[in-house]
Parts: sequence; C-alpha cells; structure tokens
Amino acid sequence: MGIVEAILLSVITAATPLVLAAIGELVTERSGVLNLGVEGMMIMGAVSAFAITQITGSPVLGMLAGVLCGALFSQLFAFLTLTLVANQVATGLALTLLGIGVSGMMGESFLGIQGIKLQPIAIPFLADIPMLGPLLFRQDIIFYLSIALVAGVHWFLFRSRAGLKLRAVGDSHASAHALGVNVIRTRYLAVMFGGACAGLAGAQLSLVYTPQWVENMSAGRGWIALALVVFSSWRPWRVVAGGYLFGAVSISQLHAQAFGLGIPSQFLSSLPYLATIVVLILISHNRRTTLINTPASLGKPFVPDR
Amino acid sequence: MQEGGRGSAEGKEGSVPVEGVAANGHLLAVSNLTKLFGSFAACNGIDLQIEQGEIHALLGENGAGKSTLVKMLFGVLAPTAGEILWQGQSVRIANPAAARKLGIGMVFQHFSLFEALTVAENIALSMDANISLAKVAEEASRLSHAYGLPLDPKAHVADLSVGERQRIEIVRALLQNPRLIILDEPTSVLTPQEADRLFETLYKLKAEGRSVLYISHRLEEVQRICDRATVLRHGKVTGACDPKAETPSSLARMMVGSDVAVVTAEGTSAKGQVQLEARHLTVPARTPFAVSLKNICLKVHAGEVLAIAGVAGNGQGELFDALSGEYPIADENAVQIRQRPVGSRNINARRLMGAGFVPEERHGHAAVSALPLSDNLVLARSRSDAKAFLGGGFLKIIRRDAVASATQRISEAMDVRKSGEDPPAGSLSGGNLQKFIVGRELDRQPSVLVVNQPTWGVDAGAASRIRQALVDLAKAGSAVLVISQDLDEIFEVATEIAVISDGRLSDPYPAKELSREKIGLLMGGMYGKTEGTEAAHAH
Repeated sequence: MGIVEAILLSVITAATPLVLAAIGELVTERSGVLNLGVEGMMIMGAVSAFAITQITGSPVLGMLAGVLCGALFSQLFAFLTLTLVANQVATGLALTLLGIGVSGMMGESFLGIQGIKLQPIAIPFLADIPMLGPLLFRQDIIFYLSIALVAGVHWFLFRSRAGLKLRAVGDSHASAHALGVNVIRTRYLAVMFGGACAGLAGAQLSLVYTPQWVENMSAGRGWIALALVVFSSWRPWRVVAGGYLFGAVSISQLHAQAFGLGIPSQFLSSLPYLATIVVLILISHNRRTTLINTPASLGKPFVPDR
Repeated sequence: MQEGGRGSAEGKEGSVPVEGVAANGHLLAVSNLTKLFGSFAACNGIDLQIEQGEIHALLGENGAGKSTLVKMLFGVLAPTAGEILWQGQSVRIANPAAARKLGIGMVFQHFSLFEALTVAENIALSMDANISLAKVAEEASRLSHAYGLPLDPKAHVADLSVGERQRIEIVRALLQNPRLIILDEPTSVLTPQEADRLFETLYKLKAEGRSVLYISHRLEEVQRICDRATVLRHGKVTGACDPKAETPSSLARMMVGSDVAVVTAEGTSAKGQVQLEARHLTVPARTPFAVSLKNICLKVHAGEVLAIAGVAGNGQGELFDALSGEYPIADENAVQIRQRPVGSRNINARRLMGAGFVPEERHGHAAVSALPLSDNLVLARSRSDAKAFLGGGFLKIIRRDAVASATQRISEAMDVRKSGEDPPAGSLSGGNLQKFIVGRELDRQPSVLVVNQPTWGVDAGAASRIRQALVDLAKAGSAVLVISQDLDEIFEVATEIAVISDGRLSDPYPAKELSREKIGLLMGGMYGKTEGTEAAHAH
C-alpha cells in the first residue's frame, strides 16, 4: 500500500463519522428541530458500542447498540423539546453535557482495554480494482452505510411523500398542521433518526477509527457535524463533500506535522476549522439557494392551538 | 346576471359536475355552535344553513368570529358545544383530513403554503392518497386551465405573487372535488382585475352545483356575487338576508351594530411647501424575497395626504424602510425631509427633524407586545422627546410621571380602550393597539408623517377614527404619506394618489380624478401616459 493510498484511506475513516452525524442532523433540522446534542449522542453511541462489543465479543452487536443508544438518548431531547416545549438550544447543550458526563461514567471500567475492530468487508470483483478497490470496496460496513444513508436520505427527502411531509413540517409547521400532518410525530421520528445516525457515528469512532474507549473521544466532531449541516445548506450530497473536505484537511495537517514543516503545530491543527469558516462564508454567498433550502421553522417550538 | 349560464357551459369541459345532495334539507347546517377560549366566547350559539349550489356570504368585522367558525367547520378547531349537520347527518369533524373526506375544501386567508416547496409539491401535500408527484402536477394543470387559474407546477412558491399563491390554494381545494368550498377573505390581497377573475371561477363552481362559503367584510363584493348572507357580530349571528335586497348601509349596521362615522376629507387646506421628497430613490433588494426600489420620485406638500396604493409585496415595506431611515441609504439626496437631505440618517435623526413613522406590523415592529404601553411610548420617543421623558442629565432616567400622563393623553385623544391603567401592548385588540401606535406619533404633531397600512386588520370603528386623525393632521398643515392596500381607505383620506408596482411608483394623480379601474391597471404595472394603458382600456 502506497503512501497516497494510506492517506486517502485515513481521510475516509476520518470523514465517515462526520458524514453520518451530519446526515442525521440534516434530517432532524429539515423537520424544523435544532438538536445541538449531536456531540452528546455521538459519545453515548461510542461508549455503548464499545461496551457491548467487550461484553458480547461481537463488534456488529456493538454497532447496533451504538445506534440504539443514540436513538434512545435523542428521545430524551425530543420529549423535553417537543412534548414539554423546552428551549431547543438550551436542551441540546444540556444533552451534550449530559452525554459527555454519563459516557465517562459508563466507560470507566473500559479505560485502557484493547478494543475489537470492526472488520472490513471486501465486495467481490469490485475490491480487486486497482487503487479504488482497496479504498472504496474493502471497507467496514459503517462506511458503506454512511454512503447508502446519504443516498437514501436524498431519495427520501426529495422523492418520497413522507419526505415531502417532513420538509413541509420544517418549512411551516402551522401550515403542515392545518393540512393534517402530525407535526409532533414527524419531529419525534426525525430526532430519532438523527440520534441513531449520531450513535452510529460514535460506534465508528470506538470500533473503527481508534478501537478503544477514551473519555471524550468524540473530541468536538459533533459540533463539526452541526456546522457541516449549515455548510451543506441542508442538501444531503453536500454533506459528503463537506465531510470529506474536512477529513482531508485534518488528515493532511497531521501528515504536515509528521514531515516537520516549519509551521507551528497549533496553526496546522486549527486548519480544519479555518477551512470550515472559509467555506461557510463562500457558500452563504448565494442567499437565494440558502433561503430556499433553509427550514424556515428551524428551532421554533410548535404548540397546536386547540 | 349572465354568469351562471356561461359558467355551466364552460364547466362541462373542465371538471365533473357534483352529484346531487340528499334532496331534502341543507348541504350544511350548523346549530348552536359555540367555541370558548377560556371564558371568552369567540363563537356563541351560531346557526347557519348552506344550500347546494349557492354562494353564501359570511359577513363580519375582524374579531366577529368568522375565522373561528370556519376553522371549526374545517376541523382545525374543535367546537366547545353545538352540532354540525352535513347532508342531514350529524358529524364530528376531528381534523382537516376528515373535513376534506366529507367534501369540504378551504382556502385560507393567510395561505397555508410552503414557500420553499414547488407548486406541485404544495398541492401533493394536501392529497390523502398516494399519487405520484407527476400525476398531481398533471391533474393540477388540467384543473387550473379548466377554471381559468393558470399555474406553473414547477415554480417555487417563494417566487410567486400573492394572486398566484391564492390560485394554488384554490386548485388544491378543487382537487378534492369538494361540495363546499370555504374562502376566507379571498380578495383582500387581489387587484380589482384579479378579483374579477376569481369571481368568474366562483360562478363556474356554483354552476356545477358546488356551494361556496364566502367570508368577507367587503359589502360591495358580497352584494355583487353572493346569493345569501349571514352576518356575525361579537360571535353571534345578527342577521341572515339576501344581500342583493339590502343596502350597503343596512348591511354595515348589521356588521357593526351602529352607523360608522364617515371620514370627511373636505376642506383640506391648500398645498404648502414640500415637506417630504424622494429624488430618484433606488434601493437594491436586501434579501432574495425583497423588492428593489427603482427610481422612485415623490413629493408630499404640507397640507396634503399622498396615498400609495398597491398589492402587497410590491415594495411598500422597502419604501417605508427607506423613507423612515430604518435602513438608511447611501445616496444622501435621495430622501429629503423638510428640504434637507437625510438619506443616510437613521430613524431617530429623522424624528428629531419633525418626522413621525408608523410601520406596518403592530406586534414586534411598532410595539413590543409583552411591554406595557408606557414602555412602548418611551422606546419610540426617548430620543425625539428626551427633554420631556428623560431626566437626571447623562443618566437618562425615565420620568415615569411624564410618561404615564403622555400615555393617558394619547389613549384619551385616540379613544384607546384598554383594561387597566397601563396594560401590556399585546393585551389590546388590534384596533386599539393601532390607535395607540398612531396616536403615539400624532401626539408629537409631526410635520411629516409616514404610515404603512394604517388600518390593516382593524375594525371599522377604529379604522374610521385613525383615518380621520390622518386627515385632520394634514388639515393642520402637516405632510402625510399613507401606504395602503385598501382602496376604500385610500379614497377616504387621500388628496393625491400614486400606485406602487414592482418597486416602481407611478405619477401622482389627484384623488378626485382617479377611478378604481385606473388604479387596478396601475397596480398591474401599466403606467399612465403610455400606450399600454390605452390598449388595456380598450379591452
């Protein structure tokens, strides 16, 4: 395996959790709910995936546990903000803090244990293509899922009737309610999908990226995923572009540091964030596209008048 | 009238006529329907019958309970008491889907459309069955042609005019093949010509045997197109009649309960100096959905009321922002107040020069709903009336006694009815809050006043009070600029009228020389002194 291949492979591994968490949050936000608890749901997914893998010895079961845990944890947020109409921003922040705290407690006995890695699956024939094969078709299942989810979400949002209803709820919940769409149920499901995706992203961290449990191992990726959703102006395929751009910048700064370039390491490690800011500014330039795609009732609580 | 016959002839090509209703009895009968919000009865024991194939008017002022009543009929609100009979059967309409299933369609006053979605997507959302988007688009364009409501299924709603948006709502309702279509204030956002087209559509529906419940407070329209009318006041039925047999004033009495004071604009003094002027005012659009202002020139003299007519969303808000200084502009000379250039000055600087401004939105723009009236007074005038309202030198401490007496003075001058001494702005009814907001500016006796939609959504009594105050201010020698969508209002107050369309302003015309038809053409962007106008007149 050449150095280029190795770098590209590490970019994919770094980008996958970002893409997963962002595509989940994208669906949540398209329904009009702003869940700032991505980081918390991600870390909960990471710790439960690691724990169940250790207990059962099966990383696949661990991965499923991560998904389930993320989905369940998100329902706490959904109950507080949708049923009890709590402030979404405050509740989301609380969810992140709670997730970091609880995961630290749950993961205490797993600290320093060598984890079990989720094994790659080679896709017959395709995996033998030179260069592309090892990169794209000799990957773990979570990578395949991340791409399938983006494609699925795109199809769901823009081709299916349920997706149309979800976008309608995000654009104007009062109008959607008047048309007989169940706003609250739609939002519960959208939040749950976001939680499941964040949980899967967390599972990727503790089963693929670095197969071990380290406290606070999500290291701000949930926040980057939130920025990616805005970056993508709520369009699914742009999440992939943004996720991989970010992954590429963060990996290349690692390599740049390893090569010993005469640039302060602090500057290099801040590169991914600078890149995000630059791209965000560039993308928000076309305001019409942004407005058409921005869910108009994002973050606004819905209380039916009855 | 000829329309019925014509409608049936054309109706055959387009759509399926409705099957007959159970021969005996009404299509819809409502008895003793009541809706309580807390202890307040929005609807109180309403009785209403609608026959097959009639256009039935529901008349009433704002707050009379019209919207609450139809929301119950459409399943958006649940009645507190009473019964709804649909074709003789007692029904409980739990949600809009149930109403549609029965055969009730609704076109809302504030459109329930999704701006970010396309026309076809918007329509598909209201269809219960799983029909593909392509099929919906096809069916929608077929119906829209049959009823003379042209629409492009692929267009984004955000890019459409208000009239086009209403067409979506109507087509959406028609796709359900309803027996009863409810229209809530459909013409309030239309030009006279657009309204005429809408009436053609309604006649076609009627000719097919469908019924229409037509909600309005415009007497002239109701008399023109409706077969029967039910009048509401304070949540109760105050009359059921044949509107064609009534006079406008007898209908108004049923609506208002007493005669409405007539605004008198006669005897306005002769023109004085130019007090407010725009010179080739050009402002680019601030957001993708805003309108850019294009080379606007206007002059308002002392003693004059210039009214700017136009359909909503043609640059009225943007013009107000530029004139008031809410968004100052680069070209210093483009706006002149009392013959001094003020283009880049902010709103307080312009107030200090003797101007007053009343924006369109009562809540959240002209007033902070949660704050008491006195605080709202201080917020607006703390700079322009610093001497009266603030004390303690640089500490700028609010002088509560002065503010309280000013609040009281304004309330008395404008007959603001409120609960308690100094209630939160949000607790006042729309009309009373609007009277306070207008009074807040009038109290300073500004030499220039710019008002945007002074009586939008205000009851007739409060509206006539506000309009009289504007006329009186001009009589006293101030320059008044009124931006309004309401042609009745414009003719009541204006000495000069100009029309705004797509960010362009027409020449001003003396109010006495301008007909409604001419204004309608100007609203459509056909400017005077061009061939276009003449051609349009010929049709």
